[in-house]
Amino acid sequence: MLKPLIQAFEAVGTYVLLLRRTFTGLLKWRLYWQLWTQEFIIIGRDSIFLVAIIAFFVGAVTTVQTAYQLVSPFIPKSTIGAIVSTSSILELAPTITSLVLAGRVGSNIASQIGSMRVSEQIDALEVMGINSATYLILPKLIAGLIAFPVLVIYSCAISHLGGIAAGAFTGSVNPTQFSIGARSFFEDFQVVFMLIKAITFGFIIITVSSYQGYYVRGGALEVGAASTKAVVVSSLMILIADYVLAQLLL
Amino acid sequence: MSDLRIVDIRKRFGHQEVLKGISFTFEPARVNMIIGPSGCGKSVLIKCMVGLIEPDAGEIYYGTVDFRKATPEQKREILKNLGMLFQSSALFDSMTVKENVAFPMRIFTRSSESEIRDRVSYCLERVGLYGVEDKYPAQLSGGMKRRVGLARAIVLNPKYLFCDEPNSGLDPLTARRIDELIEQITEDFHTTTIVVTHDIRSLQILGDKILFIYDGEAVWRGTREELEGNNLENFPTKLKIFLQASGLYA
Repeated sequence: MLKPLIQAFEAVGTYVLLLRRTFTGLLKWRLYWQLWTQEFIIIGRDSIFLVAIIAFFVGAVTTVQTAYQLVSPFIPKSTIGAIVSTSSILELAPTITSLVLAGRVGSNIASQIGSMRVSEQIDALEVMGINSATYLILPKLIAGLIAFPVLVIYSCAISHLGGIAAGAFTGSVNPTQFSIGARSFFEDFQVVFMLIKAITFGFIIITVSSYQGYYVRGGALEVGAASTKAVVVSSLMILIADYVLAQLLL
Repeated sequence: MSDLRIVDIRKRFGHQEVLKGISFTFEPARVNMIIGPSGCGKSVLIKCMVGLIEPDAGEIYYGTVDFRKATPEQKREILKNLGMLFQSSALFDSMTVKENVAFPMRIFTRSSESEIRDRVSYCLERVGLYGVEDKYPAQLSGGMKRRVGLARAIVLNPKYLFCDEPNSGLDPLTARRIDELIEQITEDFHTTTIVVTHDIRSLQILGDKILFIYDGEAVWRGTREELEGNNLENFPTKLKIFLQASGLYA
């Protein structure tokens, strides 16, 4: 009964210690700059297409479903734009994008670091006197903390486009009504809240996935398991953080 | 007195005592062999010596500094003078051969690009590799990977060279070629080389000083001459069985 609890505490402790190690023992900035740009390409640029497809359909589906529910002639059609826009900014863009990225980026990070662990590449770094946690995780974290908000803003914009396109295509709301509704309920803080979520979720995905990969023991089978666990744990943590942030900030 | 020695090294994993108080003084600028059957604790010992595993007790002296009690600066200085060839070669998958070999130079020296290029070429030639500079580790054979690993280990002209099972998984001819390379590099670079192996055939080429480990205990210490010149009956039973099983000492 107590064993899983102790294991959970141990895992949290190890995770915190890994985070502490990640921010110590920096080597040459030039080296990290190169790594950071590589990671930014992997995490940011390579996710653009996937994020665009998902955001477009999320926006479109939300518009169609909202229009389906708002059948009363007393409710102006611009309300559809208001609901879709607010939902996209507050929830859909940051959360759905992050859940998708937990699968794409999280599994990639866990399997990459895990493979380096089982093939002794991390040991090789340590023997050279290099802090492997800093060398491997910090560039990913910096790249992620910049790329995630950018991707979420981009996702939010595409989601609006999807909503406008679906509204026009189905005739439920025209682009003008959609944009009037979207602007009428817009508050600056919604964007701040969206960015706070993006940064928090980015931090969770990068660090949890790195942790899963960094402490892999065994071979290819364990690397695969760590990759799956990284996605599952990251997704769960995102949902918990989503609730906590909403409760605290809204 | 040798500048590398270990005193009473002990290590336990759970209930299993893997190293039971091993002491040994390594011969400087020579090849020192640590031999023994699989699972006897050789690799754990070498990992304790380079700081990858923290022993439970004992001292590891590099010169007058005990590695376990060394300050971070002293540890960094020791690790700078240390090269290691891993069992799996541990080459960085994302880097080409020349980037792998140049990596320690880029981290620890202020050498110019031309100096790095010259040194990398020299080290690759030294291990008998030509025309593979731009290949990735995945494009190399096992023997070639081992040579690249050796080139990377010697690129900073280390004082100590650690080789963990340098010829495991290689065909006999390539394995002997790697042994010869280690012997030549030890002579040319005046490194104190520590080779961990279960391959008794390596003793025909390597091994100025030998430590035989069995079940975590140092069973026999001596020179190759003592091993070859002695009657089998004069050896401890465990070493006798190991030598007989190898077929080389009938």
